[in-house]
Amino acid sequence: MQQEAAIRPPLILGHRTFGDITADVIAPIENKASTTWYVLLTIAALIATYGIGCILYLISHGIGAWGMNKTINWAWDITNFVWWVGIGHAGTLISAVLLLFRQRWRMAVNRSAEAMTIFAVMMAAMFPMIHMGRIWLAYFVFPLPNQFGSLWVNFNSPLLWDVFAISTYFSVSVVYWYIGLIPDFATIRDRVVKTWQKKFYGVLSFGWTGNAKAWQRFEEVSLVLAGLATPLVFSVHSVVSMDFATSLVPGWHSTIFPPYFVAGAIFSGFAMVQTLLLVMRKAMKLEAYVTRKHVEYMNIVIMVTGGIVAVAYGTEFFMSWYSGVQYEAYTYMSVGAATGQYAWAFWALIICNILIPGMLWFKPVRTSFFWAWAISIVINVGMWFERFDIIVLCLHHEYLPSGWTMFYPTWVDVGTFIGTIGIFFTLYLLFARFFPVLALNELKSILKTSGESYKGGEVLRKSQH
Amino acid sequence: MANKVIYAVYEDPELLKGAARKLITAGVKVRDVFSPFPVHGIDPIIGLKRTRLGIVSFMFGSMGLSLALLGTYYMMIYDWPMDIGGKPNQHFYQNIPAFVPVLFEFTVLCAAHGMAITYLIRNKTLPGMPGRNPDPRSTDDKFIIELRTEDNHGHDAEAITGMLRETPVFEINERQC
Repeated sequence: MQQEAAIRPPLILGHRTFGDITADVIAPIENKASTTWYVLLTIAALIATYGIGCILYLISHGIGAWGMNKTINWAWDITNFVWWVGIGHAGTLISAVLLLFRQRWRMAVNRSAEAMTIFAVMMAAMFPMIHMGRIWLAYFVFPLPNQFGSLWVNFNSPLLWDVFAISTYFSVSVVYWYIGLIPDFATIRDRVVKTWQKKFYGVLSFGWTGNAKAWQRFEEVSLVLAGLATPLVFSVHSVVSMDFATSLVPGWHSTIFPPYFVAGAIFSGFAMVQTLLLVMRKAMKLEAYVTRKHVEYMNIVIMVTGGIVAVAYGTEFFMSWYSGVQYEAYTYMSVGAATGQYAWAFWALIICNILIPGMLWFKPVRTSFFWAWAISIVINVGMWFERFDIIVLCLHHEYLPSGWTMFYPTWVDVGTFIGTIGIFFTLYLLFARFFPVLALNELKSILKTSGESYKGGEVLRKSQH
Repeated sequence: MANKVIYAVYEDPELLKGAARKLITAGVKVRDVFSPFPVHGIDPIIGLKRTRLGIVSFMFGSMGLSLALLGTYYMMIYDWPMDIGGKPNQHFYQNIPAFVPVLFEFTVLCAAHGMAITYLIRNKTLPGMPGRNPDPRSTDDKFIIELRTEDNHGHDAEAITGMLRETPVFEINERQC
């Protein structure tokens, strides 16, 4: 049996048994949903409906319904796309990279983070599709044989790399998530009493038996998928950054984009995990599993990645000044941006992404549930501004001053963005109600090494005769 | 004599491992072990070979890489070379750096999905299949050893049950099969 150092804080609090873990995690599925859940779901679903309405309006009227113009031809849509993809980076990072690093605290966080990842990537993938204008031709992004002769996609283009990266990332994340869910669905199947629930979870559990060979294969698959998903996580946002970095627009054409985007993605992804998880642990009474220590670990990841992002900002600012090129004078990190018409967006980025998250360097702040939650929301906002700044600020003062302009979002811009947040929360609330939100089988496997009542040698076997 | 199947239920993976070790030393063959999470170290005790799914994944990955190489060559070099931004397109080796992201992603796509599908088929876990674990508690908090008299001609059911009683067993269930 594996041992863990006694000075490491326990990851599962209280005197819990294997059965208690099952009961605690499955309670929301077995019991009736609370009024709060219904209220939240109604609000989220209404916003989602409005968003879908806006998308339908956009598709029927064309993308002129958005506020883009000849100079700023990418705006909120790509901002939202990059924002959602970034958020979608935490889940697979937590489940894959932290698995390879043998970080046990990931086990309380991975399931909900992966769900969040999947829903976020779904929202992200929607934006390039609706931006195409003629969404019914969206299949053209795949290299399919077609009736127009040899009309193939361009494999030299980062936009096509994105198609491959996002679709691979999405489908591999879904598979990884679901393979972990199968044993937990089996636990629910064997426990629930209502007929529809037995049927429902019976189908979802794929007839999982949990015998030794199945578990052996399960562990092998988890490990190999983690090994495959780790470079995948880093590649996806690198490819997203190349959408910009391989272009010739001042401010976008930057070699530090790939690592800087990956760090930014992890930064925003962990912030979204915190935003959701800190509410969920209270609402679903999971305080014993998502502890102060978990929050601190996540905040440390946020500090590190936030630090990388801050250094990248500094580098970009320095380079735009040091180059002495006029065209660089108005990029998103430049004196022009800090003092120009978009100064508010520039400073929103600096305040939300550097100054306020900087408070996490103080231990009382990063171990406080309230401040961790508040700062995570600020980071979510800040990271949206980062993408807005990169895209809109770099475009609005491009080469010719005659083409300089501002971007004003229309109600359709706002509606599609808010709508995706609604769809995202609708899906997440449904997940929280019907799926096991913590990885049951993984938590049980660390109970005897990292559980509070089993640590430090005093092994408590209260149920043993 | 009818064949019997015996389920010995334990409450802790360590207790189960100890018991399994004892049974194996006494010459009893363990058919299977059911548990709510992987019991580390049980595979060598009950004589399970390492799974070959890692190799499967490698093979699917190689297949994906080959397909991607073939596809990019056919579409971009052979069928319809495109001069985009002056990127060299006359020879595959000149153009290949631009294909690396797609080659990588497609390799991962095939490796991951090929392995996952093989995993599901090998485990006989597919949508809608009935659960075949002997006891519903084995997915919650109980750890179960399955023994069959047909595997153990040297020992009858009573002898095996007797041996099990010497281990810290929680419950013993016998069934005709």
